[in-house]
Amino acid sequence: MMKTRARGMRPVAWGFALGSALVLAMPATVHSQTIAITGGRVYPVSGPVIENGTVLITNGRITAVGANVPVPANATRIDATGKWVTPGIVNVATTLGVVEIGAVEETNDTPARGRGDAVTASHKVWEGFNPSSPLIQVTRNDGITTVGVVPGGGLVGGQAAFVDLSDGDLAAMMLQAPVAMTADIGSKGEQVGGTRAEVLQRLRDLLADTREYMRRRADYERNATRELAARRGDLEAMIPVVQGRLPLVIEANRASEIESALNLAKEFSLKIIISGGAEAWEVGPKLAQAQVPVIVGALNNIPLNFSMLGARQENAALLQEAGAKVLINGGADGFNARNVRFEAGNAVAFGLPWDAALRAVTLTPAETFGVADRVGSLQVGREANVVVWSGDPFEPMTRAERVLVRGVDVKRPSRQDELMQRYKALPPTYRK
Amino acid sequence: MQVSTRHMLFVAIASALGCATGRAAPPPASAVPAAAPQATAPRQDSTPPTPPGAGAVSAPNADPFPSTYRAVPSGPVAIRNATILTAVGPRIQNGTILIRDGKIVAVGANVTVPSDARVIDGTGKFVTPGIIDTHSHLGVYAAPGVDALSDGNEMTNPSTPQVWAEHSVWPQDPQFPRALSAGVTTIQILPGSANLFGGRSVVLKVVPSRTVQGMKFPGAKYGLKMACGENPKRVYAQRGLMTRMGNVAGYRAQWISAEAYRRRWDKWLADKKGDPPSRDLAMETLAEVLRGNILVHNHCYRADEMAQMIDISKEFGYQIKSFHHGVEAYKVADLLAANNISASVWSDWGGFKMEAMDGVRGNLPLLHNAGVRTIVHSDDANGMQRLNQDAAKGISEGKELGIQIAEDDAIKWITINPAWAIGLDDKIGSLVAGKNADIVLWDKNPFSIYARAEKVWVDGAMMFDRLDPRQRWRTDFELGYVPEARIP
Repeated sequence: MMKTRARGMRPVAWGFALGSALVLAMPATVHSQTIAITGGRVYPVSGPVIENGTVLITNGRITAVGANVPVPANATRIDATGKWVTPGIVNVATTLGVVEIGAVEETNDTPARGRGDAVTASHKVWEGFNPSSPLIQVTRNDGITTVGVVPGGGLVGGQAAFVDLSDGDLAAMMLQAPVAMTADIGSKGEQVGGTRAEVLQRLRDLLADTREYMRRRADYERNATRELAARRGDLEAMIPVVQGRLPLVIEANRASEIESALNLAKEFSLKIIISGGAEAWEVGPKLAQAQVPVIVGALNNIPLNFSMLGARQENAALLQEAGAKVLINGGADGFNARNVRFEAGNAVAFGLPWDAALRAVTLTPAETFGVADRVGSLQVGREANVVVWSGDPFEPMTRAERVLVRGVDVKRPSRQDELMQRYKALPPTYRK
Repeated sequence: MQVSTRHMLFVAIASALGCATGRAAPPPASAVPAAAPQATAPRQDSTPPTPPGAGAVSAPNADPFPSTYRAVPSGPVAIRNATILTAVGPRIQNGTILIRDGKIVAVGANVTVPSDARVIDGTGKFVTPGIIDTHSHLGVYAAPGVDALSDGNEMTNPSTPQVWAEHSVWPQDPQFPRALSAGVTTIQILPGSANLFGGRSVVLKVVPSRTVQGMKFPGAKYGLKMACGENPKRVYAQRGLMTRMGNVAGYRAQWISAEAYRRRWDKWLADKKGDPPSRDLAMETLAEVLRGNILVHNHCYRADEMAQMIDISKEFGYQIKSFHHGVEAYKVADLLAANNISASVWSDWGGFKMEAMDGVRGNLPLLHNAGVRTIVHSDDANGMQRLNQDAAKGISEGKELGIQIAEDDAIKWITINPAWAIGLDDKIGSLVAGKNADIVLWDKNPFSIYARAEKVWVDGAMMFDRLDPRQRWRTDFELGYVPEARIP
């Protein structure tokens, strides 16, 4: 079978990746292109829908959005008549690029295992990111243009990044890193070795000792402090968290765990984000009042464990109703990261207003993680991450027809497409 | 439901009975040709099958855990003005479906509604058969997923055909009512995939019950769960087989023993001379497969392994009814079609292990296009609630591949095709007069992401009504633990 491989494979222009990396590195000097997406139903997210709208893109950035935008003569036109135009979808929490095949250890760069101490705050998950992962093409072909790359792990898993699914190397793709620190107070009792209360205390010790470390750094260097709750690198990494500059994403599902997280945030003046939040709807008003964003899925209605007894698909809708800031996630692994748009659709089926659902997978995650000046909406000056859909982006029947990342159409055959084409009409050598 | 065959050794009597013995009953008109190939399939040696041989009924103990299910009594119901996806032909616009005494009485555009029927207006809504899932672990891997309820994988030996999934099913698993609320009415519960031979499956109706017997689908055959590839390899790497060739040697050794066992028993059942052979629960299950009374459901990801499993089935003369999780099934679609094997697959789940990395979203349409009986399955209590959305993804990817699949055909992936795979296509899976009234009324086109099951009937009884929270089925477990859902 090996010898037949070349015959069955369609040629793919992989060289393109290198070329556009150069483009991105030096946008204004070597590259001047204007693209006009015209005639579509445009959802800027930052403002109301525009029927028969135009999105104008110059040098990879959005330069105009509106109903009556003059299109320069030299512009490349994309006719979006009858189509829907949205910002690229943001999948806020994935392992895209850091986990290729979950069960194959050597392709799995999360979770951080540390030294068994459950605190790996210095873990920068993006340093293991593989821009050559074929799953990136699979993902962006479905209209996902930005992903959060998040670590897993123990009590404190490490630092997350936001990357654009553009061509090029990690430096080219990077939007911002770190965007957050991740922690898990819900289900890590076993790893940390104890009860929910112990887990919380462990986190308190870490936060307090980070302050201690900041105050007495000179003493620390002279070995003149008591033993602190984490290694030096992890304490360093925690500094922006205790300063309230870097959000701490806390995985918590039971209503009482979420309340614990809110109390902890108050105690240490932290900026937190709740993730998981299976029972968040039960404490919606408290989350709203504390202005703590919540990352929730919309598919699970099963009491998978004793921290998720109240899991329900109306979670996002009820949180929205309570005034909390809602982000929708789904498809954490690279293979399924594309499916976040269906997660949003299901949230709508269970009561979330459609506009809110679109916001929950575009602008709200961008705002929450500090990249709204770059992505998440169709506004002048933003990166041209734009998708032209054949219809409602949440419907399975809808296709992402054009996917622009920083103004470059990145829709190309993925590894999956190649497999399908190969087997749709069996190559002669395979007919045995 | 029916007379127990417990301790009855005379097989002829069992012919009147249900579970696991259905083959002795006269086949219904719509019976599928699955049985045909195995009767003529080559045997492992030249010894002619000893009567009664293939097609005989289970022996010696056909139905020791008989179904006690009874349909909830119900009056006649007519749903009018709905779009009806029958799963046997083109949709009926503005159609009416009439059900009475648990059965479908009439389906069509011009159905006379009797005066005693409760009339439900289906304007703007869709009617489909109840959704059927060939691959579920509800009850055996119950929620909450604590160790104490983890009863799906008997990981003590690579070959455990002696275990029966029904003995692990917890009827209070809160996943059952959630499945029903999504329009799922019949599910096959399988043991896990750690073992080459995982054990017997059981087909359940998704209904409240104190006992698993009260959920068992009357007359349903058992299935045998087999598994290929990585899972057995991984689980037994330190204490038994550790390679794929070890897996195959393991299947063959068991089938050799099973064929000898079957011959011994069938001979004794025919002549009744001397003491009966001693019973072996593991061999009983496998012998029933060889007789054609238990359907083989084979977890198998990779195309090349499916081809090998097909050869093994021919070597020993059994039929594989469905390959499950076949993420690479599209690569051997022609082989599956030629061997009358259905494919139970996801729309686009994959990538999580080496043998799943070639998963593609076009699996469903490519299989469909090749004439394979295509099935969307879940293996997951959440996914089970959205098999319709998975089917929609399959239609959509088909379009991209230039394969046009009508919704009226795709509905078969989650209704009549899975019904066929579990041997119940004469009773459920399509909206045809005479069949069980397992029906879903959807508020929108079920291929839309926004569609939800509004009402669900099982054997003519409305078991779920989204508009009536008082009707909501809550398991014993949920009382006091799971907050009662407010209906938004």
